[in-house]
Amino acid sequence: MMLQVTGVSKRFGGLQALTDVSFELAEGKIMGLIGPNGAGKTTLFNVVNGVFEPEEGKVIFRGEDITGLPSYEVARRGMARAHQVVRPLHELTVRENVMVGACYGREGLSLSAAAVRADEALSQVGLIERGHMLAGSLNVAQKKRLEMARALAARPYLILLDEVLAGLNPSEIDAILDTIRGIRGQGITILMIEHVMQAVMNVSDRVLVLDYGVLIAEGLPQEVVDNPQVIEAYLGDPEMTARLLGE
Amino acid sequence: MRTWKLPGFWIPLALVFAWGLIILIMGQDTARETAFTLMMFVAMASSLNILLGYTGYVSFGHIVFFGLGGYFGFFLLSQHDWNLFLAAIAGGALSAVLAGLLGMAVLRLRGAYFALATIGINEAARAFVSNFEPFGGATGLFVNFAAYERYGGAGKALWLTFILLWVATLAVVLVSFLVKHSRFGLGLMAIREDEDAAMVMGVKAPRAKTITFTISAFFPGVIGTLYFFKNGNVEPGDAFQLHMSIESLVMVMLGGQGLVLGPMVGAVTYQGLRGYLLTSPIFKDLHLAVAGVFLLLIILFVPAGAVGWVRGRFPRVRRFLE
Ligand SMILES: Nc1ncnc2c1ncn2[C@@H]1O[C@H](COP(=O)(O)OP(=O)(O)OP(=O)(O)O)[C@@H](O)[C@H]1O
Ligand SMILES: [Mg+2]
Repeated sequence: MMLQVTGVSKRFGGLQALTDVSFELAEGKIMGLIGPNGAGKTTLFNVVNGVFEPEEGKVIFRGEDITGLPSYEVARRGMARAHQVVRPLHELTVRENVMVGACYGREGLSLSAAAVRADEALSQVGLIERGHMLAGSLNVAQKKRLEMARALAARPYLILLDEVLAGLNPSEIDAILDTIRGIRGQGITILMIEHVMQAVMNVSDRVLVLDYGVLIAEGLPQEVVDNPQVIEAYLGDPEMTARLLGE
Repeated sequence: MRTWKLPGFWIPLALVFAWGLIILIMGQDTARETAFTLMMFVAMASSLNILLGYTGYVSFGHIVFFGLGGYFGFFLLSQHDWNLFLAAIAGGALSAVLAGLLGMAVLRLRGAYFALATIGINEAARAFVSNFEPFGGATGLFVNFAAYERYGGAGKALWLTFILLWVATLAVVLVSFLVKHSRFGLGLMAIREDEDAAMVMGVKAPRAKTITFTISAFFPGVIGTLYFFKNGNVEPGDAFQLHMSIESLVMVMLGGQGLVLGPMVGAVTYQGLRGYLLTSPIFKDLHLAVAGVFLLLIILFVPAGAVGWVRGRFPRVRRFLE
């Protein structure tokens, strides 16, 4: 098993962001994570990769209990992440950004090996010709790709993708979906948060649904869309319902 | 490593080397004294840059390591007859160890909180030394004239002090460059840009910051020992001058933080300016205020500093200005 999350709860002051969340993710699969805005999806990522420690519950990564380990320890064990709100290292070049992922990720490459790896990862996400530019000068779509390249350069076992399709146009979405399938082809397990339903349904092997911090459904993509509880969760949000039902 | 081939690597080293050599060949005491002060600031600013420029942590406590390390080195050579070279290394080592211990505590703080904590450390160190009897309390320590004899008299001792400062300055510049172009340095710059994102990518930020603080603190300890030996005495008021911390910051920002050449250019420019201000009747008492205004203007209008600005403006010269 790649990842096992059992009984995880996380509070922010009075706000219960996650309540008793449990799920398993098998090696080599793509798991989609959906839910209305503010459902706690990003928070679940933060708990899984060690940015936050949960008040209760356990995170087991490749058989090892990593609950409460700092994020850099989790990264070195082979879990990489692309952020929802992009976090480029502005004053470094695009290539240097990706080299950080390669130097400090699972394999901990030397500087020269990392430069080679960075170019591979940049080609994979289609950013190679921007390698020499400062990361701060990229546009949003390119910064999303940069997030993915940095994560890929670490050669992780598991990659967490947080809304990498948000704000992209349909042709950009298709390109990234191809990249995502390519990542799985490399044998990397993927956990991805996505609002673009069609995309989730298209690439995911299984789907998780979070609502107000509670996991309300887990199953095959089609099962989940047909689940009345899921439809109801989205009914609270007309725009989301339209998206869910329309596609 | 291909870093050896970069012109940006050789230029700062060659400049410092030539500078020291010219002073030695000239052989004049006044020229040496002027160069000593200036070179001391180049080394102080460059060592501060290793922390400030690479990790983005603004420290007002750099002078603490100059003061405490210098005190310790001076204590060894004046009270225990250590030779100057070993005493300077010991002064640097004490500063490095202190920085390691302090770093584990204060480097958890970010941004303005860290900066404030370092101001507190400066005041605490001054109070401690003023009351610490082995270091002579408020009166400080003096070196016995006989101590100069082992170097062939006071004149020769002063030249030796200058040569050691020269070597220390070359070492700071070399270390600045090597750190910048290493895997470790890449991690530091990731911390500077976004510490949380860096950690998510696997950078062990707490350890990396503490190591950097330690490296950055070693050199002021060495320089402090040399400076106090040159003066022949040390007292708390001389050792912990907060304004020297501030001036070092201005130098780094003025020349360009994160660049090896930046603090060198900044130190020379600032010292030149300061020399002018101190002799001008209007500004003579205001030089610190002018430094403050300067810092503000740099941060607002040229955040990259002089060398950084040139690099941004003329990409072709980049590889010469590291
Ligand atoms: N660091 C934090 N401190 C306090 N509250 C937080 C923090 N992070 C998230 N929250 C709150 O926790 C809840 C869940 O937020 P989270 O970002 O996990 O939602 P999400 O499902 O990712 O939403 P979106 O689809 O908008 O990205 C929200 O109410 C949010 O305001
Ligand atoms: Mg989110």
